[in-house]
Amino acid sequence: MAAEAVPYGRVTQKPPAVSDVHIVWITAGLGCDGDTVSITAATQPSLEDVILGAIPGLPKVHLHNPVVAYEVGDDFMKYWYQAEQGLIDPFVLVVEGSIPNEHLSGEGYWAALGNDPMTNQPIPTTEWIDRLAPKALAVVAIGTCATYGGIHAMAGNPTGCMGLMDYLGWDWKSKAGIPIVNVPGCPVQPDNFMETVLYLLYLAAGLAPMIPLDEAGRPTWLFGKTVHEGCDRGSYYEQGDFATEYGSPKCIVKLGCWGPVVNCNVPKRGWMAGIGGCPNVGGICIGCTMPGFPDKFMPFMDEPPGAKISSSAIGIYGAAIRAMRNLTNATVNKEPKWRHNRPVLTTGYQPPPQKKELPS
Amino acid sequence: MSTTTTTRTEAPAKPRTLVDMNWDPITRIVGSLGIYTKIDFNNKEVAECYSTSSIFRGYSIFMKGKDPRDAHFITSRICGICGDNHAVCATYAQNMAFGVRPPAMAEWITNLGEAAEYMFDHNIFQDNLVGVDFCEQMVKETNPSVWARAQQTDAPNADKHGYKKISDIMTALNPFTGEFYRETLHVSRYTREMFCLMEGRHVHPSTLYPGGVGTVPTVQLFTDYLVRLMRYCEFMKKVVPLHDDLFDFFYEALPGYEEVGRRRILLGCWGSYQDPNVCDYRYETMNEWGNAMYVTPGVVVDGELVTTDLVDIGLNIRILLGSSYYDDWDGAEQFVKQDPLGNPVDMKHPWNQTTIPRPQKRDFDGNYTWVMSPRWLDKRTGDHLALDTGGGAIARLWATALAGKVDIGYLKATGKSVKIYLPQTATKPEVEFEWKIPKWSNALERDRARTYFQAYSAAAALYFVEQALAELHAGRTKTWEPFKVPEEAIGCGFHEAVRGVLSHHVVIRDGKIANYHPYPPTPWNANPRDIYGTPGPYEDAVQGTPIFEENGPDNFKGIDIMRAVRSFDPCLPCGVHMYLGKGKVLETHHSPMFGAVK
Repeated sequence: MAAEAVPYGRVTQKPPAVSDVHIVWITAGLGCDGDTVSITAATQPSLEDVILGAIPGLPKVHLHNPVVAYEVGDDFMKYWYQAEQGLIDPFVLVVEGSIPNEHLSGEGYWAALGNDPMTNQPIPTTEWIDRLAPKALAVVAIGTCATYGGIHAMAGNPTGCMGLMDYLGWDWKSKAGIPIVNVPGCPVQPDNFMETVLYLLYLAAGLAPMIPLDEAGRPTWLFGKTVHEGCDRGSYYEQGDFATEYGSPKCIVKLGCWGPVVNCNVPKRGWMAGIGGCPNVGGICIGCTMPGFPDKFMPFMDEPPGAKISSSAIGIYGAAIRAMRNLTNATVNKEPKWRHNRPVLTTGYQPPPQKKELPS
Repeated sequence: MSTTTTTRTEAPAKPRTLVDMNWDPITRIVGSLGIYTKIDFNNKEVAECYSTSSIFRGYSIFMKGKDPRDAHFITSRICGICGDNHAVCATYAQNMAFGVRPPAMAEWITNLGEAAEYMFDHNIFQDNLVGVDFCEQMVKETNPSVWARAQQTDAPNADKHGYKKISDIMTALNPFTGEFYRETLHVSRYTREMFCLMEGRHVHPSTLYPGGVGTVPTVQLFTDYLVRLMRYCEFMKKVVPLHDDLFDFFYEALPGYEEVGRRRILLGCWGSYQDPNVCDYRYETMNEWGNAMYVTPGVVVDGELVTTDLVDIGLNIRILLGSSYYDDWDGAEQFVKQDPLGNPVDMKHPWNQTTIPRPQKRDFDGNYTWVMSPRWLDKRTGDHLALDTGGGAIARLWATALAGKVDIGYLKATGKSVKIYLPQTATKPEVEFEWKIPKWSNALERDRARTYFQAYSAAAALYFVEQALAELHAGRTKTWEPFKVPEEAIGCGFHEAVRGVLSHHVVIRDGKIANYHPYPPTPWNANPRDIYGTPGPYEDAVQGTPIFEENGPDNFKGIDIMRAVRSFDPCLPCGVHMYLGKGKVLETHHSPMFGAVK
């Protein structure tokens, strides 16, 4: 931006290291599009904040996602071919939905996107990943299906589906040296994802260091703590005070909540605008952000085996603490006895002694 | 026996020259959908249409053997925009199977959550996805003369919505830069906040359970909901007149536009919003409590209300094959021979369905889709009717209007219309809207009904807040009732997903799921030709649609086809819930009889 164009000659924005970044978003995994729908709920930042350039320092962002795209059909798919041919470089590839095992689908397919004009057959989603992942600046898996397989990879599934890392390899890195970025959640918490995109855009703009990820590919600042560590019902747990029926405001670990062992920030952050969530609002944590989801958490409504031990252990300590706190609480719930309207001051105030008159 | 779905039988005026025109994927919908057509540009008409969707997942397969209490958590994941409708419907089926009746407070909370879902989902679909088909940029690119006319046309309701010319509305709908587009995105967020207050998270709820909810009812909960609801009521006082202006303008600017997406009136609605005073979830009393719902279930054929009985509706569902990637299950086990009332249950009923997928090459002359063909057997005629949902709203309003049962102060069904009353809001006085049964089941009326149902849901929510507060003030705050999972049971749930009919059918044996089949709206709408040759509703609605677009084959956008297809609010993850599939649409007939299926 020209310095003369801004008030007082100040420069408010520096040009980013790259002027334009495209986001090519495949929703054609085995999913429900719930992650795309989720990001339309984001406000920190919102989709339009990013697309309209409301955040300083970012490259111009071109989003190619089928749910919000203006274009249809071939007009829309042209970006896929351009990405493949290196014509829209750099681009970030976002993958939504689990990756089916097309070794098992014979001449058919489990998941596909667009149409091969030569064969008049659909182009499998796996083929698009093979074509585009090597060309991408970064590859992001959105939602638990794409990150680790999720609900469609449940035991007994017919498609043999898996997460993106299972497909590309857990050591896979983009041409820019960035590992696969996993933002799990079923669906993804809206702001968790948009914040990750924002980070990657800063990275592309040369304004941020390499994105910090844990061993499961998750941004550490989002998934470094457990549900329990951010849950406002955790104090009921500390006091050994557990709900026995749904609808109680107490800790619901005995009703099937896996919060103490699940990496997720939702109770702390809320679902949107600080509202909603899981155990903080009465919904058991079913571990939907986790690589072991869903099988390792089922049946969801039974008490987790580990919780039986820890909740019993805390029972005695918690009951004692609770009793003591109740006593103290009763005490601090009473006003001091000197607040009254009787014609006498009982606050303990002693007027200073009258000045003795000096003998004249 | 099949349905006659004759749409247009007149001979084309000029010799046909068919041009292949394909759109794959169709964007601005949820899920994977491709539309393959042959266009007759000489006669300005769609001659053939096939719809296809390309993803399969397998819910009914991997749910076998799982704990029945998990069903609502799992089936929510069928759909990423109305997953909560699935979760709620699953709890209805669980409640029946487990023999449990939730406390009234739980039902009001669930109704409030679902009302917020309709308010959010119709809102974002209508004005951020469908709306783009009516925006300045799109109209300029497809019908420059319509754009020119819009600039000259005063908006009749300008005083109510603030846009002077029709073209101003179109400009406001431009993606991201349009003022109304952005306002709608904002509204889609606070309505989802309302949803999260009641059901925890959008789109896969955390606080729903069989037997009730985990939401803690407090003064704060309902206050937080109500203040947002009143903002939405104010918004609707602008949005309803705005859409009336926009859609009425299209009829006026493009005479004959009523034919776009038009098909025979074959509508299904499975009812929504339970009345806890009546609903005990027993199959034996289902007709009674179904008729007490605040959206009345019903099947509407050629404008006539055939039934409102959920037992009748449920028992006559048939799942047919014909063009889908599955093997028949004729030789498989019959799980349910009789319903609890002693009625026989057909082998093609979802309770008895066995899903046997067969992935294969796509062949538009053979099998081309993962979607099966749900039909409703009309006992009067023996026809397997290809009911559609019209994207949900039109069928709900139509069935409710004809039934004339709903009467809760804010809403009144009159027998030929639905009246909606919204109270005074911050800057606007009390209003009355009336949705009148339209002349056609077509694209514009499906879209118009969507807006009216947004207002309907807001009005219903006002009533539910009052009921919930009355429970709260009376100290009845229990939200969950314990239950035991039986060794053997069957259950069914009927609900309205945002885009139309939704039913879940479960069979429990040895305390586990022995069979589970959900039937959401999109299989009803997006299905292919069945064994009788009856096409699915998209096929039927698009075939014969006239072309009003001014572009020729070289830069053809297919806008009229897009408006026809999107009017159904396609949601293909639902379409292929258990097997994400492809729904094909029409078939080729170059004769004057095309469109008439025997």
